Amino acid sequence: MSETDQQSSCAGHASRRGAVEIRGLTKSFGAVSVLKGVDLRIAPGEFVTILGPSGCGKSTLMRIVAGLERQDGGEILIDGGSVDEMRPSARDIAMVFQSYALYPHLTVRENIAVPLRMRELSAVQRLPGARLLSASARRAVREADRAVRDVAALLKIEPLLDRKPGQLSGGQKQRVALGRAMVRKPRVFLMDEPLSNLDAELRVHMRAEIAQLHRSLGVTFIYVTHDQAEAMTMSDRVVVMMNGMPLQIAPPEEIYDDPADLAVARFVGSPRINVLDGRVQGGGIAAAGVVLPLATGLADGTSVQVAIRPNRATLDPAVAAPRVSGRLVHRENLGSDLFLYVATEGSAEPLIVRQDPGIAGRLAVGEAAEVGLPVEHVYVFDAEGRRIALLASDARRRAHG
Amino acid sequence: MADQAYSRPAVRGGAGRGGLRWFDPVAAALAGPALILMLIFLIGPMVVVILLSLTDYQLGAASLSFVGLHNYAEMFGDRTFQKSLANTLIYVGVVVPCSVLLGLGAALLIEADRRMRGFYRAVYFLPVMATLIAMAIVWEFMLHPQFGVVNLTLEAIGIPGQSWLQNPSLVLFTLCGIGIWQSIGFNMVLFMAGLTAIPSDLYEAASVDGANRALDRFRLVTWPMLGPVTLFVIVITSIRSFQVFDTVQVITKGGPNKASEVLLHTMYTEGFSFFRTGYAAALTVIFLLFVLALSALKVFVLDKRTHYA
Repeated sequence: MSETDQQSSCAGHASRRGAVEIRGLTKSFGAVSVLKGVDLRIAPGEFVTILGPSGCGKSTLMRIVAGLERQDGGEILIDGGSVDEMRPSARDIAMVFQSYALYPHLTVRENIAVPLRMRELSAVQRLPGARLLSASARRAVREADRAVRDVAALLKIEPLLDRKPGQLSGGQKQRVALGRAMVRKPRVFLMDEPLSNLDAELRVHMRAEIAQLHRSLGVTFIYVTHDQAEAMTMSDRVVVMMNGMPLQIAPPEEIYDDPADLAVARFVGSPRINVLDGRVQGGGIAAAGVVLPLATGLADGTSVQVAIRPNRATLDPAVAAPRVSGRLVHRENLGSDLFLYVATEGSAEPLIVRQDPGIAGRLAVGEAAEVGLPVEHVYVFDAEGRRIALLASDARRRAHG
Repeated sequence: MADQAYSRPAVRGGAGRGGLRWFDPVAAALAGPALILMLIFLIGPMVVVILLSLTDYQLGAASLSFVGLHNYAEMFGDRTFQKSLANTLIYVGVVVPCSVLLGLGAALLIEADRRMRGFYRAVYFLPVMATLIAMAIVWEFMLHPQFGVVNLTLEAIGIPGQSWLQNPSLVLFTLCGIGIWQSIGFNMVLFMAGLTAIPSDLYEAASVDGANRALDRFRLVTWPMLGPVTLFVIVITSIRSFQVFDTVQVITKGGPNKASEVLLHTMYTEGFSFFRTGYAAALTVIFLLFVLALSALKVFVLDKRTHYA
């Protein structure tokens, strides 16, 4: 996404709090460079997911934003002010940890109240019995209690308020952790893989709930995950990170439909995208024995990689497209989808095609298959994996018009 | 609901055939050896001690006769026993809080800075490894009124030296000092193990939640999370302090004038110097009751309050 796009999306919410700007952030642990100059601007109220494989630096990035880790270079601004010298609690952020990090000796009510107690009461007022002596402490405690009840009502955990974390299920702990983050109304919510300790069913459920929560709170969310489904379903924008660098920052649809890098195309999308080695030839690209009419403007003989999503490749003979011939090696029927694996000459991995059962229903393993590659859906990447812009062709213009 | 998905089928081979039987040959064979050893080495001797405490048996005597609670009556009227019990309680009362708090302090300080951790840990743990009898002799020299290093050091900085082991009002506290010195290392190692087990997430959550000062984090995370370890350390230190003997026997023999007489030492002199085995057995029973009460306190009351699951 270009700089101007980002600015215009910021301007839309200029009155609200929670704009986060990350400038040239670098961080190394010993000789290992974890973040290599990350730039990111997040608009107030935006839900941004940082998506990447483990070890890509996404958690480190979040921990630096939270103030739990100190960066080597670059700066972080929240609502225009640098927070680099601020301790975590002064940054007005809340964080939900993967492990929930609930205090095991406190009840749910006390857990949620901790941020308020820490902020509203002095160390002396927090001593046991101090409430008997100080009217202001009594008032602060009463207000905290009301805030805790409001949050509990919103998250539907009121019946759990007097339990201890050890008596809660994973999903309930998750809610309590959310409650503890919400209770002091922070500018920015940080979530570090909050769903990864839940079972699959509950994860899908909580996904919807967190998205709803974001809509109702209208606060900036920064969400770290390695799960593309979480990133695609909840976010306004996704930052795909690899090796300490954001490869693409864009809305989920754009990440999927218009990947800027082969690594992004490979990481997002299930089943994985089909990739073929190719070579520029004449006005097109030769790959797997066919010439795809894709104009790159590159010199003949340049190595490139072409890629197409399984749902764009087709076995339907009615679709006009260059065809790669191969042999069906495997069928995967998921009920709603039928995935066909076709081995071809030009590719080590079989091409995957998602097809209607009606068209490919009769095709048996071992039979010859012709995979159509509609060129308007083929992405071309250079040898390093960067996307190559194609020269305007009629097919392209139709697809993106 | 998630839990149900993982619950195993209730019926497994063997166990499904009905409830618990009072005798099961396999169970008996498995538990038998431990049970027999426990009877021979723990329960049996305890029963013998309790029985002996009701007799006038003297070590080496050919006969004994049943005297009922006479030994206990004599004990509670005896000045030496009263002094010895009071001294033991004072000793426990001083050594337990000091060595637990100092052990915790040392553990926190050492954990706070990773540098030279192994070195400090070894230094603090040395007194635990060393033979206490040998160390007691060293302490005796160090505390010598004229040429002991303690008094020489104090005098060098202008504080008058003391007769640490000869002054009746000081001697018990001197022994307490040695006891603290000896048990800090052990407590510290236990606390360090407890500290490493605290998930770092909790500290991070605490700092995001606004626990900005070290004391806040200690109160919110460290201290509650150390609960089980602290309880264990307190009970262990109490029991070990009740058993104070080596230093008393080597350095003071309970003197001067019973000022450092402690329970185990009284037991020892009665049983092996005066050969009044029956009376010593009665003392042992009292001692056992104290240890038992401490263990019961741990198991029945405190464990429930410090485990959060």
